[in-house]
Amino acid sequence: MTSTMAPSKAQTPAFVERVDFPLLALNPGLHYLDSAATSQKPRSVLDAMMGYYTHDNANPHRGAYALSARATERYHAARERVARFVGVKDSARLIFTRGTTESLNLVATAWGRANVGPGDEIVVTGLEHHANFVPWQQLAREKGATLRIARVTSDGRVDLDDFRALVTPKTRVVAFSHVSNALGTINPVAELAAIARAVGAMVCIDGAQAAPHLPLDLDALDADFYAFSGHKMLGPMGCGVLVGKRDVLEAMPPYQTGGDMIEFVGDDRTTWNVLPHKFEAGTPNVADAIGLAAACEYLDALGMSAVREHEQMLTALASERLAAIPDVRVHGPSAAERSGVVSFTVGEIHPHDLATIFDERGVCVRAGHHCAQPLMRRLELPATARASFYVYSTPADVDALVAGIHHAREVFG
Amino acid sequence: MSTEALYQEIILEHNRKPRNFREMADADRTVQGRNPLCGDELTLWMKLDGEVIADASFKGQGCAISKASASLMTTAVKGKTRAEAERLFEQFHRLVKGELPDSDAKALGSLRAFAGVAKFPNRVKCASLAWHAMHSAIAGGEHEVTSDPESQGEGA
Repeated sequence: MTSTMAPSKAQTPAFVERVDFPLLALNPGLHYLDSAATSQKPRSVLDAMMGYYTHDNANPHRGAYALSARATERYHAARERVARFVGVKDSARLIFTRGTTESLNLVATAWGRANVGPGDEIVVTGLEHHANFVPWQQLAREKGATLRIARVTSDGRVDLDDFRALVTPKTRVVAFSHVSNALGTINPVAELAAIARAVGAMVCIDGAQAAPHLPLDLDALDADFYAFSGHKMLGPMGCGVLVGKRDVLEAMPPYQTGGDMIEFVGDDRTTWNVLPHKFEAGTPNVADAIGLAAACEYLDALGMSAVREHEQMLTALASERLAAIPDVRVHGPSAAERSGVVSFTVGEIHPHDLATIFDERGVCVRAGHHCAQPLMRRLELPATARASFYVYSTPADVDALVAGIHHAREVFG
Repeated sequence: MSTEALYQEIILEHNRKPRNFREMADADRTVQGRNPLCGDELTLWMKLDGEVIADASFKGQGCAISKASASLMTTAVKGKTRAEAERLFEQFHRLVKGELPDSDAKALGSLRAFAGVAKFPNRVKCASLAWHAMHSAIAGGEHEVTSDPESQGEGA
């Protein structure tokens, strides 16, 4: 086949220095291609977290002494930094959570229980990660509501006609992912949100695979809720975000109670603290929020458009080189319509076996259903292998992946 | 870690051409086995003649390790008594966990090909899935088993 791509041993300078990432620097032979599961962390993120514990650690919002005031100030600054990263001016509508899964459960539980009832309909898509599927399924079961699942096309996109047909005046909630974790499909979120808006439905977007990879302007996106995780975007595990509309957050009941979310506790009633604290019960995860802010700093210094471009280059390169190998199928839409994800199968070789063979060569990929069983059923795929890229990924990683596939074909030939 | 130790020729061969890979209409026992982590699924059929396993077969989809294991397991237990099959399972399980002394492993015959699994702890579940199903079948179950009762699924 003719190739329009640069040869694989590209001599272009690295997009980021591998030495910025201590784990990668310590493992020079490692080809980490599982960033959609979790990203590696730059030294600046690790230093920021260590710095907080070394210099500023105290329980925030207990400002009776200077150290606590400093912790409070640093936590607030972290929130503002993350808000700026995703285009949110009013940082009080940015809630820190443990991650996307908790953010989505917060919405389904706190908003859902107060606003969804018998006969209502909840629309999701067949592309969803379990975290944006099961909370709605369970809410529907609990409330006697109906879960509707928009069809996906054979190339792994939301079937817009079906989606439009499912969203009706009965629809209370429309929940969908910005980017599919299993295939990398980038959904037309503004269009989907507008369809939901037209019937007055609440819009909840799973942005776990988008925030790390695409420039975001959430103030310009008409969504009630947008959730993402810190650990997939160079930040620490255990810290994520829920961005909500201010009026929606103010009108809904809290998720958990106790600690920082309290304003006044009487013997028989309690009033809630203002946003964002109303949704942050207990002592906040200050160090991880500071780590996430440092991750935003790192990504903004690269520029999210440049990050997207870098990943697009690798995705196109990998997709083309994989497609040239006999028996390899790359699943999902065209490379240009995907984030940095290449989900593939190699003939009859089970993805789990591929992953083991690759591992011997230092190539880390995900194999399985990617927590998207409804999608895999629809595509009639028991499992795929998934390579996913990030800022530190290089054409040499693609070379290693390709060599791994050739090796696997020899072993299972 | 060299994968050659894992993908022994006999394993690759049984993966390509699994034995006893068929449905069994007149089975006494049918058990579904499922490995939630990687999506391996198999159905095991068994025919019993008193205490003896008269026939065993399977179908399903899964990785080479799970498929070859099911193929070799069904071959190995045919003609064995329930107690013998259970004993074999116990030894096989110790083998794939690296806990079986070489002196004991000899008696396992071609099942010894799975000794390499011990060096790949995340593949132990693949190798044991069919055996868990066998265990459940001779215990009289008609239900679903998993080789990984603690697994709650995977992350993103």
